[in-house]
This record gives sequence, structure tokens and C-alpha cells, in this order.
Amino acid sequence: MNRELRRLSWGIFVMFFALFVSSTIIQVFQADNLRVDARNTRTLLESYSAERGSIIAGNTTIAESVPANDQYRYQRTYYDGPMYSAVTGYYTISQGISGLEAAMNDELSGQSNNQFFDQVLALVSGRDPRGATVQLTIDPVIQEAAWKALGSKSGSIVALDPTTGRILAMVSKPAYDPNELASHDTVTVIDRYQQLLVDDKAPLVNRAIAGNLYHPGSVFKLLVASAALDSGLVSTSTTVKNPSVLKLPGSDSVIKNSGGGSCGGTATVTIATALKLSCNIPFAEIGARIGESVIQSYAEDFGFGATLEIPMPVTASTYPSNMDQAQVMLSSFGQYDVRVTPLQIAMLSSAIANKGVLMTPTVVDSVIAPDLSVITPFEAHEYSTPISAKTAKTMVKMMIDAVGSGVSSNAQIPGIAVAGKTGTAENGEGEPYTLWFTGFAPADNPQVVVAVVIEDGGGLGQSGRGNTVAAPIARKVMEAVLAQ
Amino acid sequence: MSPTAIDDRPTITEQLILRLRIPTKIRNLEASLIVFAMIINAAAIALVDIGATGALDAELIGLVGGLGAIVLTMHIAIRYVARDADPLILPIVTLLNGLGIAMIHRLDLATGLSGWQANATRQMVWTAIAMVIALVVIVAVRNHRVLQRYRYLWMLVGVILLVMPLIPGIGVTISGARLWVDLGFVSFQPGEIAKIALALFFAGYLVTARDSLSAVGKQFLGVRWPRGRDLGPIIIVWLVAMMVLVFQHDMGTSFLYFGLFMVLMYVATGRAIWFVVGGGLFGTGAIVASLWLDYVKGRFDAWLDSFNPAIYDAIGGSYQLVQGLFGFASGGIIGAGLGAGRPDITPLAESDYIMATIGEELGLVGVFAVLCLYLLFISRGLRIGFNGADDFGRLLAVGLTFVLALQVFVVVGGVTRVIPVTGLTTPFLAAGGSSLVANWIIVALLLRLSDTVRHQNQGGEGA
Repeated sequence: MNRELRRLSWGIFVMFFALFVSSTIIQVFQADNLRVDARNTRTLLESYSAERGSIIAGNTTIAESVPANDQYRYQRTYYDGPMYSAVTGYYTISQGISGLEAAMNDELSGQSNNQFFDQVLALVSGRDPRGATVQLTIDPVIQEAAWKALGSKSGSIVALDPTTGRILAMVSKPAYDPNELASHDTVTVIDRYQQLLVDDKAPLVNRAIAGNLYHPGSVFKLLVASAALDSGLVSTSTTVKNPSVLKLPGSDSVIKNSGGGSCGGTATVTIATALKLSCNIPFAEIGARIGESVIQSYAEDFGFGATLEIPMPVTASTYPSNMDQAQVMLSSFGQYDVRVTPLQIAMLSSAIANKGVLMTPTVVDSVIAPDLSVITPFEAHEYSTPISAKTAKTMVKMMIDAVGSGVSSNAQIPGIAVAGKTGTAENGEGEPYTLWFTGFAPADNPQVVVAVVIEDGGGLGQSGRGNTVAAPIARKVMEAVLAQ
Repeated sequence: MSPTAIDDRPTITEQLILRLRIPTKIRNLEASLIVFAMIINAAAIALVDIGATGALDAELIGLVGGLGAIVLTMHIAIRYVARDADPLILPIVTLLNGLGIAMIHRLDLATGLSGWQANATRQMVWTAIAMVIALVVIVAVRNHRVLQRYRYLWMLVGVILLVMPLIPGIGVTISGARLWVDLGFVSFQPGEIAKIALALFFAGYLVTARDSLSAVGKQFLGVRWPRGRDLGPIIIVWLVAMMVLVFQHDMGTSFLYFGLFMVLMYVATGRAIWFVVGGGLFGTGAIVASLWLDYVKGRFDAWLDSFNPAIYDAIGGSYQLVQGLFGFASGGIIGAGLGAGRPDITPLAESDYIMATIGEELGLVGVFAVLCLYLLFISRGLRIGFNGADDFGRLLAVGLTFVLALQVFVVVGGVTRVIPVTGLTTPFLAAGGSSLVANWIIVALLLRLSDTVRHQNQGGEGA
């Protein structure tokens, strides 16, 4: 019997040996693969329980992780959540993350390559890993001015510093409160998220950079005028015919100037007058003269057709291709299939304001480690030089006239030269207009470029105009900058 | 008699124990080891509190104090009724039981259960009940040979317990397996108790039937097969095991009973051919079952292809198994620390997947430690088998020990993908009253058997 028992003992030992081997395989050799499996919620929860870095604008904290007494250990908290929602985005437990929270997730969660040694140190010393703080270029005073100036209207405002590309304000309305989505009560969050998702007013959409693209209307004339002058195909003294009605080639349709009539009543008209009075017919003729490919090439230099990361991804603005003559004419005053983001329009003005040099826009000033050392300092980058300094100077002069004595007069600030251009884009038969203003101040030494877009005619149907609705809002934002 | 006569190769621990020939010294060793085990248990429960909530909880006193008080009562009782019992068994089981309560308490904290709702409190109460029953067994069974006399009674008890869940009205189906009996005032898994009755019956029966079963039959394929008329018992046990598989949907228990009978037959007769016969019978049964029974096939699929999304998402698929594996993986070698993991993500983490909980929070180190504790316990049980004076006692000790070893293998092998998952409980660790009572009765019987062994070797009155 002892012989059998010895064998049985060996048998039991083999059984246990198999358990030693299997647990070693799982916990040592397969562990890394198991940890990165998408179905492993532990890894996900672990990332939530690290102390996520703060988001700071100026000296104001707009998002931070506050210790919480639950399994996630920290509660993401936003201050003035709706006002900054276009910048911060949201950080949910189960419904994903967006905005800067998503674009800078590696830095905020402490996982970026630059923070590698800090991670190792945290592991060795046993302290919890911490994320880096993101310092924004957003100026809380200007952001608040823009937020208030937009009032209850749907639309967006982008303000930036043309010499560095720093975005000073970025507002989108209607907005949402990211605190509602940061709750750890998943059921409530999913309910609220679904509500926001199906809301007709699309509060989750960041209209400044990622909304449905807008018709630019007359603000696109800045790009056509820049292209015309910079290419040398049109000079300041070039004149074009000035009828009150123009029949489009190859069709029975006609185009008219806004308000009917000719452009200023003369037989011919210069590009400066056409821009100042925002006439459609002369721009249709200028566009037809310089052609699609020239406009296309300038549009690309200004940033059209390219996705940009600020670091949130920006939807590419579009200038159509393979157009017939009539379509080129329509697109030359910002109709047909030209579609833009407010940020793209701000970039257009920015290049003109900065002597022809377009600086890459960004909302991130710097990334700061938990020990307050700067991981990534701010660096201004040139995006392109779409036009010469000479062309830019001419454009500035024309834009000063447009505000000073033209149809963009509501952006005037007493004692300050403001350069600008309004737009009133049609969206189809009976639809309310999209109202625009873009410009900068002071014109000779620009401190701020703004682009304002108001949806749905600012609630005024087809009677709202860029100059009556968008220009006064832009003025308030520019005044807030100049008051500093 | 020299100490070495008791064991062929005495370990240092054993030598140490053997030097302590006076019974009170053995009991004093047991007492100090129990204190050591309770210190570890108290530390584990305290660390669970600190790790999970950052503060010590008042329930700690109840859990540690309660367990300590019952174990101490047990120890004092043994001083009077089984003075020569093995001094390692009780401390090992105390440690496993206490560690189980710590992990269950940890999961209670995660799920927000407290007071009488908490699984740890219930486990505490069940531990007390189980120990009282164990005490009764030790006191009542002064001479284990009496048990042999009632072998057919044990068979009857075993079969009744096995069939009970199938009786309409009292049988309850939980997660697909019909293993539970609900008598209104208490619900339990009779199969857990049945394994003891069957071990008693098998040991008693085989002691008398071994000569006949060892007889050699015809030679075929170079092997001497058993005689045809001796195949009766194994076929009956096989049929019972298949019945459990088909009607109660319980692969684990079925395998446990059959494996126990096969091993005891081998030990009793010394004929390895019973493994061939038994293995063939059970293997055929399992293959047929996997073709005909969806749940058996599902278990095999979940085992072989756990990470397949279709199987992962299927009802009764591999979701739980894979979540358990994620738990093990997140523990790594040293573990997340008590109270610092997220074991509550895995369904049934307090019962079937308690090893995944240990793997997550105590790491591979903790898993190895627990497996070593089981191995130590098993070695103490097998020791009785080696040293016992009567064959019934030896077979019984081996049977009870092997049931526990096989159960650990089946359940830990299941959650670590060595074999398909079956619904057995992890002895002493997992939450569950029936399992605790059954395993504490095994402890009582082993303590009684070890006491007899030492008694006899000392030339005492013995049995």
C-alpha cells in the first residue's frame, strides 16, 4: 500500500506543479498581453485613478482632478464648464473623452514619452503617478468677454494673437457643462450624453473648429482679393465692369449685389471699392479673371484643405475644384461649395494682420510637470507665408476702409483703427443667413484677430446682416483685448 | 521506537515535532502556530481595510476576535479529546479560513455590503457552525473503526444526499447546476457532505473487497485485466457520476466522486489497471456528454478559445474566466496589495474565483503561498495514510485528503485554464457554508485519525 501511496503523492505533486506553472504563465508571461486587452476594464480604471493634471488659463484653473471617495479616486471638475467647453472638451468614465482632454490625454494622464522618467520614479518610490498640467494660451478675461458678447445666440468666436498664433479665446454656443459628463454615476452620464447628442442645437459640437462647416459669404472676398493682388493678375488700379445685374455664363441665373443696384454707382469699380462696399458682381468678375487654380493655391496656403491640430483636430475647410465659370464666380464671394471653420477665417485675417505670415494657431502654451518644471515650453511656429508683406499692407488698408467708411462700420472703436470685413452668407431659399465678421485691431500693430460667426441670422431670419449682428460682437471682444 | 521509524525521510519540521513526544508539547506547538496564523489573518484583514478604505473598520474586531475565539475553543477541546492529533492541520486550516474571510471582507467593502448582509459575516458564522460540528465529530468519533461498520449506511447517506437536489420542491437550480437543496430554514449543497459519506463508504467497502478486486483476470493486449464480475462496483460508481453530470449539470462533482473511487481502488488493490478502466469509462462519458450536453460543450469552448469575442460575449461563455485572468494579470508577481486591486470586477469573485482575487491582490507570491499551504495540509493527510495501523483508517485518510487535493486542482486549474471551469468551491477559502462544514468535518476526521496513529505508535491503548 505504501508503494501506491508514494505514487499517489507524486501524482498530487504533478497536479499542483501544473497549477504553479499555469499561474506563473498567466501572472508573469501573459500578464502584459492581458493588461492591454481592450476588454480589461482594470487597465482603464487604473488610468482614471491616476491624479490627472489640471488645465489652466492664465492664473485660473479651469479643470482639475479633485480627490473622491470612490473607486475612481479622483473626480474631474470643471470651473465655468460651459464657457470653456469648446476648449476643454469632456472626460467621462465610460462615454469617451473629447477636446483638449483627449488631445493632451497622454500629458494629462502622465503617460507621454517626456514623462517617462517621472513614471519610473513613481513606480520605484511607490507614490501614485501624476499627470502634467496644461497651461492654455486662452486669456480668461477675453474668453469671458467673448462668451458674454455672444449672448444667447448660436455661433462661435475665435480670437488669436496674429504674431504668435496663440488662441486667446475660443467660444462655441450653445455649450454644455462638462461636469455633467464627468460624474461617476454612469447611468446619469449616459442619459445626459444621449440628451446632448440628440439635441437639435447640437451643444456637443465645437463650432469653432469642428462643427458643420459654414458658407463664408463675403469674408471669403478677403482671400480672393489677396490672391488677385498677390498674384499680380489684378492691381489696385485695375477696374472691372460694374453692372447691377450679372447673368451667369451657361445659365439663366443672375447674381446681384447685396441690396441691389451697382457697386457705388460708377461705370467701373476698383477692387478696393468692391471690398469696402462688399459687392458681389465685381468679385465674381475678379474671380473669373484669376481663375480657380490661382484661388485654390492661395486657399491652400491659408490652410484650406489641411487638417490642423491645435492640438484638437480641426476640420479642414474646403475650396471646391473642377468648377465651371459660373461656379467659380459664385464661389468668389463665398457661396457655392466654399465651406469654412471660424478658425480658418481667423487664420485668413491673421496672415493679413501679420505682414503676410500665417502663424500656426494653438491653444496650448506649455506643459508643466507636477514638480512645476516646464516639460514643453511655448514655441511659435510659422504655418506659411501665403502673401507678401506688400499685399498684406494693401489688404490692411482696404479692410480699414471697410470698417471706417464701408459696410463693416459697426466694428468701429473710437480712436482705434480697426481693419475688418463682414459677411452675410446665404444658405438657400428662405433659410436664415450665416452672419460673419473678421478683423483685427489696432490695424497698424494688431494685438488681436477675431472671427465671429452667428448661425441662423442671429434669430433675425433673412433680415440679419454681418454688420448689424456679428460686427458689434467682434468689437466687444477687440475692446476687451485693447483694454488690457 | 526511534523517531525515524515513523517516516522514511523526516523533514526538519517533522524531526522537531517528533522530539516533542509529550502530547502537551505538541499541543503547545499547535497553540503557538495558531497564534501565528491569527496574527497573519488579523494583519490581512487590517490591510484590507487600510488598502480599500484608508481606515480601520470596527468589523475588524468582530472578524478577527470571532475567528480567534472559535479556533481557540477548538484547540482547547483537542487538548482533552485528541491530545496526540497532528499539530499542523489546525493552524494551516485556520490560516486558509482566515485568509478567505479577509478576501471576502475585501469584496464586501468593494460592493458596499456590511453587517449581517456582508458575506464575510456569514462566512464567520458558518465557520463557527462548521467548527462546532467538527468538534462534535471529534468528540463523538472516539474510535474511527466504528465508522467502517456502518459503511453501507454511508453509501445510503451519500446516495440520498446526491439525489436530494433532484427531488422536486426542495431542489434548487443555481447558475445552471442543480446542486442546492432549500429546506425553507436553511439551504445547502448536499453534494459537499456527500463526498465525506462516499469517502467513508469507499474506504470501508474497499477494505473488505480488495482481495477480490485485486484478483487477476484474462491477459489481453499484454495487460492482465480485472475479472468481469469485479467490474460491477466501478460501473455503478461510474453510472452515479454520469447521473450527476447529466441531471445535475455538475462536471466538477462528477469528476470528484469518480476520481476518488478510482484512486482508492488503486491504493487498496495496488492495481494500476483500474486507472485504465476508470479513465476509459469516464473519458467516454465526458466525450459523449460534451457532444450531447450544451453546457459541457460550452465549458470546453470557453476553456480552449477563451478570448474569442463570440465565446466571450456568449451567455455562459468565457466572460467570467477572462475577467478572472485579467485579475491574475493585473496582480503580476507581487500583487496590487490587499484592498488595492479591483477584484470585484470578476463575477463571483468571493466564491468560485477567490483564487483570482488572491492572485490580483497578493500576486503570484500569494497564489504560491496558498498552494503551498494546501500542499502542506495534503502532506499531513497522506502521512496518516503512510503511518496508520489499520487499512480502513489509512484508506479513509487518503480518501479525504485526495478529495481535498482534487478539489483544489479542479477549481484552481479551472480558473487558470489548466482544465475547463467546473463549479467546485475552493476549500476553506471560498464563501459558502456547505463547503466549510464539509471541509471542517474532513479536518475533524483527519485530526482524529492522526491522534489514533500517534497513540498506537506510542503503545497507548489505541483502538
